[in-house]
Amino acid sequence: MSFWNDPLKVAADWLLGVFTGWGMPELAANILIGFLGILILISLLMVLDIGLVWVERKVVARFQDRIGPNRLGPFGLIQPFADIIKLMIKEDITPAGADKVIYNIAPMLSMMSVLILWAVVPLAPAILGVDLNIGVLYIIAAGSIGTLSIIMAGWASNNKFALIGAFRQVAVMISFEVPMLATMLIPTILAGSMGTAAIVEKQDIWYVLLAPLGALIFLIAAIAELGRAPFDLAEGESELVSGYNIEYSGMKFGMFYAGELLHAFTFGGFWAILFFGGYRFFGLEKVSPFLAIAVILFKAFIGYWLIMWVRYTLLRIRIDHMLAFNWKFLTPLAFTLIMVTALMNALLAGAPAWLYIAGMFLSNIVVAWGALEIARFYSRRERERIEGKQVVAAGH
Amino acid sequence: MNPWIFVGLFFVVGLLIPVGAIGIAWLLGPKKPNPIKQSVYECGIETVGESWVQFKAQYYIFALVFLVFDVETVFLFPWAVKLGALGLFAVIEGIIFVLILVAGLVYTWRKGMLEWA
Repeated sequence: MSFWNDPLKVAADWLLGVFTGWGMPELAANILIGFLGILILISLLMVLDIGLVWVERKVVARFQDRIGPNRLGPFGLIQPFADIIKLMIKEDITPAGADKVIYNIAPMLSMMSVLILWAVVPLAPAILGVDLNIGVLYIIAAGSIGTLSIIMAGWASNNKFALIGAFRQVAVMISFEVPMLATMLIPTILAGSMGTAAIVEKQDIWYVLLAPLGALIFLIAAIAELGRAPFDLAEGESELVSGYNIEYSGMKFGMFYAGELLHAFTFGGFWAILFFGGYRFFGLEKVSPFLAIAVILFKAFIGYWLIMWVRYTLLRIRIDHMLAFNWKFLTPLAFTLIMVTALMNALLAGAPAWLYIAGMFLSNIVVAWGALEIARFYSRRERERIEGKQVVAAGH
Repeated sequence: MNPWIFVGLFFVVGLLIPVGAIGIAWLLGPKKPNPIKQSVYECGIETVGESWVQFKAQYYIFALVFLVFDVETVFLFPWAVKLGALGLFAVIEGIIFVLILVAGLVYTWRKGMLEWA
């Protein structure tokens, strides 16, 4: 075993030797090593986050036919660091009527809710924070802390815009969590485990081939959960100015902003883990764990880029349309998909691989087509009803 | 060793980093508060009445429906994990369970409670 094959174990063993050599009990040494490892992982994530600020600004500029930051350093790469210095030396303003304790805790919780998600992200075959056997459920539970931070920020700011933004965001989040949970059941059914590491290990066939519709619903629900356009009603610049974080300035605003970007990247990663094989890429992960980490980060970035693409292409949706879309279309569709997937999975259990893949894929296509047909039928009937009324009104 | 110790460590470190960042910003930033600066921001207009406005009761229906489905999915996760071992009978049972709850959604829908208006 060498450093290149299993860097985590080699480093941990070496540190354990050092710490126990100092006369530390083994349990304390193990906890200290865990602490150091987590500190390194989270510090690297924060550096990645700074990079994401640059990527986001550069990509939005390209989408809008601009150049983006290009003054500081090559391609404006130093720009986010300059932004951080600026955020650091800004005055920390607390509005007069604010609930100070909750107001100050909210941005910290917002960032924390994202960072703790990385506890269950498998970066390489043996490298992940904690191999929880309920990983999928942990993702949802940790994500809910983000919702909590938003309602805390909106409530404690003592601002009407912030409160309305927070209310809307929570309505959206609790709604879209249902199809999201439902689509997370599909990899669980297929892998027979809730652990993220086990789901990746079982994906000899990428689950996107077995559940393409599930992957699509998960992405839509994730975008809504993140509160990004077209579902960014909580921020609605044209009506609520900035929504729940309107009264925040300086580093506290920076925490909300950076947390949002990292959240999007993290959900790109979860999309890859649940449906696109995580760190697996045609045996590349067996060569070196470092390659596996590169693969998962690349896949997460693809997901993140897709979320950005949606954000800068589509218009904001009205809240009643959005909730109707979720409760009347996405949720019934997701639950139909679970039933179909479970049934097909049981019926095709003994079938050869090609028949299994074809059966699962086709059943997904049939469900998607059927749902679109039903939606088309009802929307046509609704349109005829409205147009019929207008004809009557015009006749008189 | 219990893996939840490390989850706890993730919570601690995850809170430490933003606390550190905000703490440093608090130390470095100037502190010159005045009443205008601390007033509520509403695009330059003086705020009228209480900021903690009331919100429509419609909201609770969504929360209730969400609660039903959230609890349902928590029940469905163990079912999904053991599905391979339990066979077709458990699949049918799971489908009946989902259908009962979808009936609840349909009832809410027919009562017109899924409208945001």
